[in-house]
Amino acid sequence: MKKSLFMLALAGSLVLGTALTPAFAAARTDATIGLVLEPPNLDPTAGAAAAIDEVVYANVFEGLTRFAPDGSVTPALAKSWDISADGLTYTFHLNAGVKFHDGSDLTADDVKFSFDRAVAADSTNAQKALFADIKSTDVVDPLTVTLTLAKPNGNLLFNLAWGDAVIVAPESAATNATKPVGTGPFVFKDWVQGDHVSLEKNPAYWGTPVKLDKATFKFIGDPTAASAALLAGDVDAFPNFPAPEAIEQFKSNPEFRVVVGSTEGETILAINNEHITDVRVRQAIAHAIDRQAIIDGAMFGYGTPIGTHFAPHNPDYVDLTAQSAYDPDLSKKLLAEAGVTDLTLTLKLPPVEGYARRGGEIIAQELAAVGIKTTVTNVEWAQWLSEVFSDKNYDLTIVSHTEPLDIGIYARDDYYFGYHSDAFKKVIADLDNSTDPAKRSELFKAAQKQIADDYVNAFLFELAKVGVERAKLHGLWENAPTQATDLTAVYWDE
Amino acid sequence: MPAYLAGRFLSLAASLLAASLVIFLVLEIVPGDPARFMLGINAQPDTLAALRAQMGLDAPALTRYVTWLFGLFHGDFGISYTYKVPVAELVLDRIWISLPLALFALGLSTLIAFPAGIIAATRRNSPADVTVMGLTQLGVALPNFWFAMLLVLLFAVTLRWFSAGGFPGWDDPLLAIRALTLPAVALALPQASILSRVMRSAMLDTLSEDYVRTARAKGLSRGQTLWRHALRNALIPVLTIVGLQFSFLLAGAIIIENVFFLPGLGRLVFQAITARDLIVVKSVVMLLVAAVILVTFLVDVTYALVDPRLRRTSP
Repeated sequence: MKKSLFMLALAGSLVLGTALTPAFAAARTDATIGLVLEPPNLDPTAGAAAAIDEVVYANVFEGLTRFAPDGSVTPALAKSWDISADGLTYTFHLNAGVKFHDGSDLTADDVKFSFDRAVAADSTNAQKALFADIKSTDVVDPLTVTLTLAKPNGNLLFNLAWGDAVIVAPESAATNATKPVGTGPFVFKDWVQGDHVSLEKNPAYWGTPVKLDKATFKFIGDPTAASAALLAGDVDAFPNFPAPEAIEQFKSNPEFRVVVGSTEGETILAINNEHITDVRVRQAIAHAIDRQAIIDGAMFGYGTPIGTHFAPHNPDYVDLTAQSAYDPDLSKKLLAEAGVTDLTLTLKLPPVEGYARRGGEIIAQELAAVGIKTTVTNVEWAQWLSEVFSDKNYDLTIVSHTEPLDIGIYARDDYYFGYHSDAFKKVIADLDNSTDPAKRSELFKAAQKQIADDYVNAFLFELAKVGVERAKLHGLWENAPTQATDLTAVYWDE
Repeated sequence: MPAYLAGRFLSLAASLLAASLVIFLVLEIVPGDPARFMLGINAQPDTLAALRAQMGLDAPALTRYVTWLFGLFHGDFGISYTYKVPVAELVLDRIWISLPLALFALGLSTLIAFPAGIIAATRRNSPADVTVMGLTQLGVALPNFWFAMLLVLLFAVTLRWFSAGGFPGWDDPLLAIRALTLPAVALALPQASILSRVMRSAMLDTLSEDYVRTARAKGLSRGQTLWRHALRNALIPVLTIVGLQFSFLLAGAIIIENVFFLPGLGRLVFQAITARDLIVVKSVVMLLVAAVILVTFLVDVTYALVDPRLRRTSP
């Protein structure tokens, strides 16, 4: 009797289970995307968190220009633009018929409002520097707007493609943090803090309509939970999958596709140049590190070695890895030449399980092998920002710089590397002032060589983007030219 | 009695004030700047200053403390730095997950522990007792997050009876309860193990009391004695443990909340600490402290009602 009751219960739950899994005759039009971090708010113009753009970039908010999946800059709200001969005036022609999600029209006034707000004295835009050269924004007519620059800026169209430069409306700017109102193909529906954000198709979208009717972003930070959520069908894709150790399992499962692409994340062992002033010691640190060992040991083989602060997939990249190749004997020789014995350095590791915490252990061992002792401290991000970044109270740290094309940070005064080079600053200044592609390419190469020659940091590898998707889901970005989850081309086959 | 109550009440107010001061001071000395955390490494100094001013962080510490305390009195817990919504709203959202989850887990653990403990005690040294003791030993030793992962693997990944985690909201109560089932089971198992052991030893103690022998001698059956006398008296230590477990389950389920990505109170505080959303940390911790202090106060008052000796103020 007991046994038959049990069988009955089992059969009952099987029937229930089947009933709860509806059979899809037509292709699905909804998708649930897993993200590791929840955005603190949904306003990309008032916060640095990459998670904000991972939800709203290209989906909810749009700028005058945008990043295409290959990293190039293409027209978005502006259908075209003219640049004056002196490079100081940009005239943008806006697309007609663009509406914000609240029904109001997008006009040149909204563009002016957005840029004026970003450069204002009380602006809380995390990337205010992107707009630094804008002297004024002027409305010509409802669909034409001009930007007047204080000096030529070859990066302007690139800068305007960032999530921090999206166009917002004055009526909704203050509440975008919790109720984002943009011009994108998806409309914000709801946000259950701690759990998910859901978006719906914008029926009044001005551009190519999207194929999904509904998109949900689910926030799952725990690597094991992320695997389980994919396997259980709660999540359809994890564009940045947090559990590299579980990748093999998904590779062998025909229901899933593993996509390995590139990112803009240069992962470096940053060196405090103000503490370690002798270039020979910095060079010794660079030669002590076996990049491949870190990629294999900390990243499960995902990552591309770099020898300078530049993305390897960029056409202007120069491979300088040989200049700081793994050579412990050379390291020891350089240390001896510099007269350094008994060196102990602090190594502060931010809370990133892969490159920082696991990579940090490997680096500490490799440095010990050439006679450099390290004191390893694990810190939280908030601590890292105040101790390492703001106060420069560190010798070594491992971090990934994920902003696209950010080699210019080496020219900043008072940056946490403590690197001061007039020659390098000159290169960056020339770069800012030139719009000629050939000249810019040359300057980018010169900049890469300069920091490699100065052994500013030990350059480790370019972070890989490892995504896991349902095999029938298509259209997500393979590479990550910017941190975004662009759903505009996503669809299900079948 | 009024004098006793007034005394207890004064001590309640003093404890709350002291707690608020400690919480505020501890969070003052935590390294890390909320504005810098939000704006990241490319933020310019003037932008940081603008955001600090906007969040009211540029005022002196004393002003900020008094403003916060004053707000608490009015039921205003402040606005979250990162989420930009009132803290009270966040807490209210989370408590609708944490409270039902805690009650669900507690219900399950009592349902398992009471019969198990009673059976073990009444059949001491029998195979049933040995089995219960063995299983509870295992239950105490198993890490609950690992047990939770096993549950997910079996019921969500293989059988697909439940989802692997997340919370759909209370719009559909059945779905909500389904979402809370695996986490509640994972939470309940270690609690049930502890509770069964407490139940068993409390029962054994009362069963050897004189009044139990007297009741039996008066002619009550074994079952009647058990229900009317032994169980009631054994419940006192057991309920104390249940009370302690409840406050633990309410805010202490962080690990289980992570495994099942449930947006509960524990995870709210944890995320707020890493993001330096100090206003959320301050207000939620204060709320939890207040809850514990209040419960203690109520217990003190109940003791006094039961035991007249406590009402007399000592000379």
